[in-house]
Amino acid sequence: MNYLTLFRALAPEVMLLLAAFVALTFDLLLQHSHELQQRMRIAGVFAIVGLLGAIVLLIQQAPVTLLGGTLVVNQLTVIFKIVVVALTVLTVIISIEYPVGRHVGEYFATVLFGAIGMMLLVSAEELITVFVALELTSLSLYILTAFHKGALRSQEAAVKYFMFGAISSAFLLFGMSYLYGVTGSTNLREIAVAIQATGSTPLLVVALLFILVGFGFKVAVVPFHLWAPDAYEGAPTPVTAFIATGSKVASFFVLTKFVMLSFAGMPGSAFWKHLTPGWTMLLALMAVASMVLGNLAAIVQHNVKRMLAYSSIAHAGYIFVGLLAASVTGATSVFFYVIVYALTNLGAFGVVTALSERVGGDDLEHFDGMAKRAPFLSLLMLIFILSLAGVPPLGGFFGKFYLFMAAVERDSVNFGLLWLVIIGIAMSAVSLYYYLILLKHMYVHKARNEERLKTPAYLNLTLAAVAIAVIYLGLNPQPLLALLKNFVAQL
Amino acid sequence: MRADWSIYISFIGAGLVMLLPRNAKNLIRWTALLTGVAALTVALTGYLAYNSWIKTGNAGLWQVINLPWIPLLGSNYHLAVDGINYPLVVLNGFVCVTGILFSWNIEERVKEFFAFFLTLIAAVYGVFMAMDLFLLFVFYELAIIPKYFIIAIWGSTRKEYGAMKLVLYSFIGSALVFIGVLAAYFAAGGITFDILELSKHPIAGHIQVWVFPLIFVGFGVLAGMWPFHTWAPTGHVAAPTAASMLLAGVVMKLGAYGCLRAAMLLFPAGFEYWRWIIAWMAVIAIVYGAAVALVQKDFKFIIGYSSVSHMGFVILGLATLNVTGMSGAILQMFSHGVVASLLFAVVGRMIYDRTHTRQLDELGGLRKALPFAFWTFLIGGTASMGLPGFSGFVAEIQVLIGAFQMSPWLAAGAAISIAITAAYILLALHKVFFAEEEHVTGDGHGHGEVVGESRWNLPGITCPEVVASVILMALLVIVGLYPSIMLDMIKANVALFPGVAR
Repeated sequence: MNYLTLFRALAPEVMLLLAAFVALTFDLLLQHSHELQQRMRIAGVFAIVGLLGAIVLLIQQAPVTLLGGTLVVNQLTVIFKIVVVALTVLTVIISIEYPVGRHVGEYFATVLFGAIGMMLLVSAEELITVFVALELTSLSLYILTAFHKGALRSQEAAVKYFMFGAISSAFLLFGMSYLYGVTGSTNLREIAVAIQATGSTPLLVVALLFILVGFGFKVAVVPFHLWAPDAYEGAPTPVTAFIATGSKVASFFVLTKFVMLSFAGMPGSAFWKHLTPGWTMLLALMAVASMVLGNLAAIVQHNVKRMLAYSSIAHAGYIFVGLLAASVTGATSVFFYVIVYALTNLGAFGVVTALSERVGGDDLEHFDGMAKRAPFLSLLMLIFILSLAGVPPLGGFFGKFYLFMAAVERDSVNFGLLWLVIIGIAMSAVSLYYYLILLKHMYVHKARNEERLKTPAYLNLTLAAVAIAVIYLGLNPQPLLALLKNFVAQL
Repeated sequence: MRADWSIYISFIGAGLVMLLPRNAKNLIRWTALLTGVAALTVALTGYLAYNSWIKTGNAGLWQVINLPWIPLLGSNYHLAVDGINYPLVVLNGFVCVTGILFSWNIEERVKEFFAFFLTLIAAVYGVFMAMDLFLLFVFYELAIIPKYFIIAIWGSTRKEYGAMKLVLYSFIGSALVFIGVLAAYFAAGGITFDILELSKHPIAGHIQVWVFPLIFVGFGVLAGMWPFHTWAPTGHVAAPTAASMLLAGVVMKLGAYGCLRAAMLLFPAGFEYWRWIIAWMAVIAIVYGAAVALVQKDFKFIIGYSSVSHMGFVILGLATLNVTGMSGAILQMFSHGVVASLLFAVVGRMIYDRTHTRQLDELGGLRKALPFAFWTFLIGGTASMGLPGFSGFVAEIQVLIGAFQMSPWLAAGAAISIAITAAYILLALHKVFFAEEEHVTGDGHGHGEVVGESRWNLPGITCPEVVASVILMALLVIVGLYPSIMLDMIKANVALFPGVAR
């Protein structure tokens, strides 16, 4: 193994590391001479430059397998790393105006560390590396959640998030240890071969169960979702956006890798009346619980971030429906949906960030009459929310359509998975209700104070670009879809 | 110009309206009106060209555009027109133009109103022309959301409730359609969403039997099919005038059209299985809607329930599966679209916007105060009753003949409603336009003397209202006296529908 190869393959990650250190150092130097707002801008720009540099490096990367299959770089992982980096760029942009306190350099550096963790997670194909990358991501996010030093809510959220996260890591590690014990390998592909040979054994079922519990916490599906509403509500809004998008993308990617690759030998069955133990069955149960509970709980929320938290639990359920189709179409649909969903959610949280700071809160009432006070951002929010609700011609609609289509396609003779699709669609109708409640506050209710809200132009433009991407992916999903479908085989 | 330009023009119009400054209200109105007229012109010239092609003995589809859209799914951007959807396309154009004219007095958030309105219009054009199941579904769902905002922001009586109910009903309906569409797609091999291609792949009978009702009921919800009609009266009443016109005039036709184009065409065996149940449900809707309209106290609710009744004729006509009945159904879609628009305009714009009440007991004596409204309602009402000389007569008589061929009992059941319709229209006419004269003179002075004129001191009917009303009334009379302008193309194409009895 040549270190130069290793360095070259990890150049994007190294780039982010450099950017993080530069941001930290510069902020330390400027600490006393500059205003807080200026420091935010300077550190933000450093972070963005580093991230854009990483994207450039990513585009040029050649496929390579490192350290005997521990880290893999191929087109699929490159696509997902680009997505993660792009989401980080957007997170940084919406953070610049946000009051995160005196520790500016630390804030942006931690965001970048989190991004590095996510990128490694996408590349990792070995149990220990997966675990380390996951911990790097999670620890960064715990710290970021607590960044509202003054707010008790933020501290509570961070502690809660940390406790749940630590327990889930323990579950994951425990499952991994069993997996290693049974198969004798920590490499995902070798594990896959071993499982294919033995088939399902009780010990493997234990391993599977614990690993799914661990990932269930990370992606927040019922019944492992309890941390999400508090963490989403308490964290600084840009951090909420980061948790809800970047970390979700990376976690779903690695989860897909685990179930579709390593556990391919023990799928079980989620077909109606033919449920047999295996990962598809477990995912089906979690999917149903998430879709039903997430959507029903979202209805009664008064806080926009909390509502979006429950909606994200529901969306994790939809994604599971596509995933448990256990097919090429299924994996493609999961990847497509995760990307669209992350973009949409980032846009939505971006609007919430920009507006809630200016009206002093993020409850539904604070958004009353927003269409008059901030017409442009309200229009963008309309697009994001309708995309989440799955209304055409937006990306969210096509994504959901394709997820459900993949599930039906799996057994298109007896329609064995149709029951999940029916639950999913019924719950989508429920979700439209609470999404419309939010839009009603923005568009129908009268504002108590009709003063126009001014938002910086760069923020408006960035969010508009996200909205255009969401519309484009709905109108013309074919290019991305074909791209993903081509590379899914590399999984 | 190609027929699909109606869609793009409307979308572009919606975008233009959004770019205009919010205080330039007249500019916005004129932009919207010109957009509507342009889209209508495209539709109408195409219609006439198609009509003359039909007159030379042809029949069938005119392809508009057919491009691959999402090849991975086998979904095409496929639009086409024929004698079944062209009348509806033209109807949409007319309702759009007259709806804009009747919305001339909207002063609040004008810009957003017309942007939502034109988006809805564009989506409706799209549904009517789409020949790809996925595309049709996209346009169909796109049409749902603008309705919510139009009703919730600019509506009246319990507007937020009415809007939410309407949207959730539509969405649940489209959820049923969604499941049906996926099932149809995979049952036919999972290679194409194109309706014409799909109709060539026979789907196994046992699947048709359960998929057909999903799609039919899913679309039927929007067509006001009993017992899923309850969104219609509340939605119509809550909506502002232009939206009531659109809802009753066009959106309900989306549902019926979907039943015909998606459910009946793709699932002939399923349709055969459920046909009688659907026919009887339609008869129940016809009689029930009319009977409920009879006892309403709110003027707008009368028209709302009459829509349920008249749409029952459409469903009944479709269920007959013979040329006469189905042609009548399609003509009834057009005719009811015009009649309902006219009546809602009278109730919502001419009367409610001026008197601020719709209660029959509080209205009265408007004949003198608003003579134009009186004459408009008289003509619209008689057309609604199905008197000869108006399009409603041609349509309903054909439906009844078709139903009679299926079973005399069906026709007899539906015919009851004609008497009830006459009763509620005349009752409303009396209470709104005449009753006051008796009221005022009735308190101890005997009767015969008109005293009550001074009670109404209302602004006169404005020019946009007159123009729009005249357009709609002219349509009723033209199609009523010269039905072959529409009926020829309908009949020629219905005869091509698979499984239709002569």
